[in-house]
Amino acid sequence: MLGRLTWDAIPFDQPIPLVTSAVVLIIIFSVLVLITVKGWVPYLWREWITSVDHKRIGVMYVLLGLVMLLRGFADAIMMRSQQALAIGDSQGYLPPDHYDQIFSAHGSIMIFFVAMPFVIGMMNFVVPLQLGVRDVAFPVLNSVSFWLTASGALLINVSLFIGNFARTGWMNYPPLSELAFSPDVGVDYYLWSLQISGVGTLMAGINMVTTILKLRAPGMIYFRMPVFCWTALASNMLIIAAFPVLTATFVMLLLDRYVGMHFFTNDGGGSAMMYVNLFWVWGHPEVYILVLPAFGIYSEVAATFSGKPLFGYRSMVLATLGICVLSFMVWLHHFFTMGAGADVNAFFGIMSMIIAVPTGVKVFNWLFTMFHGRVVFKPPILWMIGFMVTFVIGGMTGVLLAVPPVDFIVHNSTFLVAHFHNVIIGGVVFAIMAGYNYWFPKAFGFTLHEGLGKASFWCWFVGFYLAFMPLYMLGLMGMTRRLQHIPDPSWRPLLLVAELGAVVIFIGILCQIAQLVVSIRTRESRRDLTGDPWDGRTLEWATASPPPAYNFAVLPEVETIDAFWEMKQTGRRAAEPPYQDIEMPRNDPIGFITAFFAVVLGFAAIWHIWWIVILGFIAIVITALVFGWSENREQEISAEEVALMERARLDAGRTA
Amino acid sequence: MTTTTIIAEPGHGRLAHGRGADGPAPTRTVVAYGFWIFLLSDFVMFSGLFATYAVLSGHTAGGPTGRELFNLQNVFIETACLLFSSYTAGLGALSAERAEVGRFYIFSLFTFVLGAAFLFIEISEFAGMVAKGAGPSRSAFLSAFFTLVGMHGAHVTSGLLWFVYMIAQVAAKGLRPHVLRRLLCFSLFWHALDIIWVGVLTLVYLMGVV
Repeated sequence: MLGRLTWDAIPFDQPIPLVTSAVVLIIIFSVLVLITVKGWVPYLWREWITSVDHKRIGVMYVLLGLVMLLRGFADAIMMRSQQALAIGDSQGYLPPDHYDQIFSAHGSIMIFFVAMPFVIGMMNFVVPLQLGVRDVAFPVLNSVSFWLTASGALLINVSLFIGNFARTGWMNYPPLSELAFSPDVGVDYYLWSLQISGVGTLMAGINMVTTILKLRAPGMIYFRMPVFCWTALASNMLIIAAFPVLTATFVMLLLDRYVGMHFFTNDGGGSAMMYVNLFWVWGHPEVYILVLPAFGIYSEVAATFSGKPLFGYRSMVLATLGICVLSFMVWLHHFFTMGAGADVNAFFGIMSMIIAVPTGVKVFNWLFTMFHGRVVFKPPILWMIGFMVTFVIGGMTGVLLAVPPVDFIVHNSTFLVAHFHNVIIGGVVFAIMAGYNYWFPKAFGFTLHEGLGKASFWCWFVGFYLAFMPLYMLGLMGMTRRLQHIPDPSWRPLLLVAELGAVVIFIGILCQIAQLVVSIRTRESRRDLTGDPWDGRTLEWATASPPPAYNFAVLPEVETIDAFWEMKQTGRRAAEPPYQDIEMPRNDPIGFITAFFAVVLGFAAIWHIWWIVILGFIAIVITALVFGWSENREQEISAEEVALMERARLDAGRTA
Repeated sequence: MTTTTIIAEPGHGRLAHGRGADGPAPTRTVVAYGFWIFLLSDFVMFSGLFATYAVLSGHTAGGPTGRELFNLQNVFIETACLLFSSYTAGLGALSAERAEVGRFYIFSLFTFVLGAAFLFIEISEFAGMVAKGAGPSRSAFLSAFFTLVGMHGAHVTSGLLWFVYMIAQVAAKGLRPHVLRRLLCFSLFWHALDIIWVGVLTLVYLMGVV
């Protein structure tokens, strides 16, 4: 009746997951009670859950990323503590079985449910505003995408309480992830949560590419688009070209596990290295899916806070597209030790070094943007400067790793761990923080507290170096990754420094939470009534903060790069334009409903409860059929209403 | 900073057509374009399966090979059914654009029957192989074969169901713009399956038998 699901699935004998899940359940339950008692349910349903507004969806993506960051960071600090404690005679506090689940969950969560939602959320919020349009190409699909990502996140967290998670590392390599060696539900949690969220990501990519290529304000030719839109275009093209490969790979592994096929098994002629190749054909572009929009954020921040146009706009665009293409030609550097031979390794080694060239072009462009500019040291540009220092170090260790003989020595050592944290924290996370501080006033209409923002930056910056520089050294000393127990006591001092670094980063996260709380409490005194708190250059600053549902009462006419800056300089603005009726998409619960059934289907498939799998599938098909029959999904905002809202905003801005 | 409302006079700074300077594209273009990109992503998904098949096609683990299993005569009939169904689907789409509902139904009937025939031949091929002990769990080669060809078959199946659903919409609502948009997407989908099939025919069947 319930497949593999029995009471044994709940870890009554393991205090750590049991207490954690109890606390999480209590928090969720209290929040639900609070929402119900205060009568917020209709508001949440109407304004957020069923919303198809790209700004709301973007905010929800970022919120999901923030919550999952806490989960992923909790895993990180548990691992660091284990490695700081379990040295020599001591075994630490985490048994191997649990420790293995933690490092697998940490990697999967940080990539798929922290970095991806943050980056997709920022693109979702900013790109239509920067393009000067009213929404993305497919607003309802956007909602479906978000809720599917949230479903994946939910499933991966359920594994904490019911059953267990994969012990295979975040890449989930076979043959370890095959049924013969991982017979329980851990790997299935991994596969189903990533499949479901992967569908969401793919649809988000299709949506964003269509938006950028087909919906732009009048006059915005490609070479007038803000650089963030270019990087978003490149990143989403990579999503379209890379994520289906991951889907196909996971389908094959699922078929191996569920119907006994032989794609990656040891017997029957299967080839485990096929999985590794396919995984990284997705995996390397994935790195650029994350970091290209990050580069876009830095470009916007550098130009805005230096008061200058971005240096080398065209070279920036070309470098972005160059990286986009090259990113598909380097995947084998993740497993030089496979034994493909000297020729193949040399090719991929050289390609990996070449990809550093366009990245170097970008770094010089940012430096020259700041050069002779009047740099205003607000939190966003601090993150950007911290990024340039950190990322260059990470890039150089990357070029080292691209040399196959060197890679043979440091492969799967903590040197590698230090390298990819160096580029992902220094590149992607710092950009997310910069973007969060930069666009927060646009999303909510008030600025974030500056002092706490700077404190958070310094904690993250210092904490990062404390946490990861020792790992470079340990890697060169021979420490491999994922050690549950450290045999060599001479590594203790460096591991303690790394632990200290994790604590400093934790203080940084606390500063961010404090920044958010303090800013919300003092929001009345930090209102942004002009819509343009940073003296911005691109179109998102040309409308109110927060923007009205329709973004722009009249679509702006674009004549140059940095369109808004040019408009401010030339004072090109009409007294009051003739407002017209605006057609906006209606709210739609289909995203939430589909995601609900996707969770049901995924959970049932993980536990082999076939009758619920069938019901869940039928429910999703029926949902799609009902939606596919509908029409008139738009509602009109009348010209009078638009005029009222616009006049109110202009009056507020004048008195500010 | 002072107040900033940026609204320019219409017509200001117009550029030539075709350079994306005219503002947002019409809905029909946006929908067809987005669906076309979805099809590209589907091709990428198939390319993962094709690559796997290419690598694993020799990994028969002592089991039957493609040469022993494939019947090119059947495959030829199968291919003819699918390609002709695409032709009739194209004629149906033209009739729909010209608002000739009667012809649309006739061509749709042909499309459906030919598509269903394709599916019938494929399923009987699969059933025959399984009966001979050459099922998907026999060897890596057969896993890759059943997954690649079966994935195409699953696409054809969902395409047929979608087609029935679209014909129901035409019957219930007539050829209104949003119905025509959806029919356009269906046509794109149906033709895309041909392209995939040509790849399957070449890589799996022809190269498997030579």
